[in-house]
Amino acid sequence: MHGHDHAHHPALQHHFSTMSQQREAGVLGMWVFLLTEVLFFGGLFITYTLYRMWYYEAFAAASKSIEITPGLINTVVLIGSSLTMALSVRASQTNQRKATVNWLIATIILGSVFLGIKVYEYADKFEHHHVPGPSFQFASEHGAEGAAHEAAPAEGGHEVTMGPDQLQRTTQIFFSLYFVMTGLHALHMIVGIVILFIITWMAHKGRFDSEYHAPVEMTGLYWHFVDIVWIFLFPLLYLVERHN
Amino acid sequence: METPVYPAHNYLSNGHGLKSWLLTKDHKRIAILYLISISAFFFLGGLFAVGIRLELTTPQGDLFQPDTYNKFFTLHGVIMVFFFLIPSVPAVLGNFLIPPMIGAKDLAFPRINLLSWYIYVIGGIFTLFAIVAGGVDTGWTFYTPYSSASSSTNVAATALGVFIAGFSSILTGLNFIVTIHRMRAPGLHWFKLPLFVWAHYATSLIQVLGTPVVAITIVMVFAERAFGFGIFDPQRGGDPVLFQHLFWFYSHPAVYIMILPALGVISEIVSTFSRKRIFGYSFVAFSSLAIAVFGFIVWAHHMFVAGITVYAAMVFSFLSFSVAIPSAVKVFNWSATLHRGSLSFEAPMLYVYGFFGLFLIGGLTGLFLATLGTDIHLHDTYFVVAHFHYIMVGGAIMGYLGGIHFWWPKMIGRMYSEFWSRISAILVFVGFNLTFFPQFVLGYMGMPRRYHMYPDEFQVLNVLSSGGAAVLGLGYLLPVIYLVYSIKYGEVAGNNPWGASGLEWRTQSPPLTENFLEVPTDIPEAYEYTPKVIREAKLV
Ligand code: HEM
Ligand SMILES: [Cu+2]
Repeated sequence: MHGHDHAHHPALQHHFSTMSQQREAGVLGMWVFLLTEVLFFGGLFITYTLYRMWYYEAFAAASKSIEITPGLINTVVLIGSSLTMALSVRASQTNQRKATVNWLIATIILGSVFLGIKVYEYADKFEHHHVPGPSFQFASEHGAEGAAHEAAPAEGGHEVTMGPDQLQRTTQIFFSLYFVMTGLHALHMIVGIVILFIITWMAHKGRFDSEYHAPVEMTGLYWHFVDIVWIFLFPLLYLVERHN
Repeated sequence: METPVYPAHNYLSNGHGLKSWLLTKDHKRIAILYLISISAFFFLGGLFAVGIRLELTTPQGDLFQPDTYNKFFTLHGVIMVFFFLIPSVPAVLGNFLIPPMIGAKDLAFPRINLLSWYIYVIGGIFTLFAIVAGGVDTGWTFYTPYSSASSSTNVAATALGVFIAGFSSILTGLNFIVTIHRMRAPGLHWFKLPLFVWAHYATSLIQVLGTPVVAITIVMVFAERAFGFGIFDPQRGGDPVLFQHLFWFYSHPAVYIMILPALGVISEIVSTFSRKRIFGYSFVAFSSLAIAVFGFIVWAHHMFVAGITVYAAMVFSFLSFSVAIPSAVKVFNWSATLHRGSLSFEAPMLYVYGFFGLFLIGGLTGLFLATLGTDIHLHDTYFVVAHFHYIMVGGAIMGYLGGIHFWWPKMIGRMYSEFWSRISAILVFVGFNLTFFPQFVLGYMGMPRRYHMYPDEFQVLNVLSSGGAAVLGLGYLLPVIYLVYSIKYGEVAGNNPWGASGLEWRTQSPPLTENFLEVPTDIPEAYEYTPKVIREAKLV
């Protein structure tokens, strides 16, 4: 029925009838996987939202203690890496082997820069005792006055302010979420970079052409997704109350 | 009718030795790998149940220390839910049957299929490690802050095991969704699909959408235990009830991961043996999807007494009632199918009859629990234990065993003992009721769950329950014997011993590695039991 008369593409797996069936299955699979990922991070976003509503002051104070520049640089770096990724997909679709490889390598480099900066940021948090747990220190340095400043109107329009004790406790929730969210994001980046290495190697070997480039495309989808997660994380974690 | 011959070439003969199994990409062999591993976990979970029932034969706590008892019911629950019931029907029967049912050579992603099995095994190893290292005592629900802060048992290892096994479930679901969308034989449109496939499609949606939420919840508990983070820690302002919300957001739908595929099995068996198309095919198909959707919006019925607002409780109570509707649709449609159909009493069908009774009771008692007033009395009593066992053991496992008996001839190519299989079906039914019916009464009288002692007046019912468990255990052991025996000594089954209409019965038993010699093209309607088809099927 399906073209048994002409030669099969070497990349066609035995249980598919055509290349397009194989490609569509792969891409659909990737989308379903990303749906799973949305719910995975979704659990965190829900948790974040609730606690931010309850402990807005603590979230604002904790967020302000984070240096903004590295986060900003990382945002630019990641958006850049999405561009290079998209260009490599385009190149693979148009049979440009050399360009595919180069754009993939550029993506790997940008991804690594992001992780490098992340390491710097984590180290900074360790130094300042902003890692939740027994050695956590927040209230003493940022003081209750600082928080009183940003006091948010609570139910009934009363100004409430958190005492240092309460800040010391509830900012830990913010930083717990900070580490879980950015940590899982970084883990996704690491996985992505490993996959990119494999794809780059395959591209270098000339495995892809205009008929077969689904792996590059799927890696692209994954990479963009990880990128988008960061686009949400950045304002939620770094920019809670920067407007004044 | 000529006697069937056992085909020389089939998926079992294609490759020998351990390596040919451990590296296989054939969905049928992977199904067998799953069958063996989940059976092992079923056995292990069963051992813990034996411990529980032995302890509860007397009112005093004389067999185990309270802590040991806590570990027994925790491990029983963890193993049965995450390592047996969730994979059971999908990973074994779904894996084996979906490709031939839709005329495909394999699932869309054979390597991911194998990967899912390895992930399952790794998750299992973590859990086994937790057992060997001293067990875990939080209950299968891992409620915080006990799990995150207080318990000194191996919560982290167990949680990690469950987390990892979750990904195996996600990958299975993902594979099924893509397969059902993209791998159907030409001409096999959605409304010609067997209801078994519809049920698995709905299940897969839950697996893909629900499992990641419990996964991330476990990550948060893990971070709390391992690094001292504080997301659910009340001392730092964290909210333990939030954990319950997140947990049940998955774990209520998860109960449908366990039951929906079994409902799919029932549809196949009922239509085959009554020689009729399932009454109201599209209603049954869509009721699976409806259950999947409704299943996601009823989770807080597990939390009526956990401090949620009374308005939330009322909404969730109402929504829980509405889940009963699609379930009832199925039951009514099966009954209508059986009505005036030809009834028969082969082993698969005996399991189905058993299923009807037990699922009905399980579902109706769910309504008692969904009613706010009664739940305050019944929550955390043996009534709840009886309710979910009626559905998960009475419903899901009966469906699973019915399915195993129905498709065993296809999987292995040989028949098992008719006599013993009927005996076992009857033992399971009787043993089950004896074990769990008294628990409804106990719960109603106020016996709480998860204690290893109880007042003297509860003893008679508890002894009945333990006795029933022994019968039930025997009923479960028998199939192991006669099914394994049949692998070598059973009569050759032939392609279609039941005269069923599905595509999977058109190929040889056991099937070839690629399932079909030629991709089937003349696709029949689902459950086409016209006299002509019946006659021809009988001839095969
Ligand atoms: C008509 C549909 C159903 C309704 C209305 C219903 C309702 C309920 C309610 C309200 C509870 C909470 C009782 C309490 O803890 O106080 C409950 C518990 C439970 N149900 Fe159902 N249920 C239904 C179907 C199912 C199905 C199909 C399954 C499994 C396949 C299931 C498994 C469970 C389990 C495992 C628990 C207890 C979990 C635990 O606390 O350990 N239920 N059910
Ligand atoms: Cu529920």
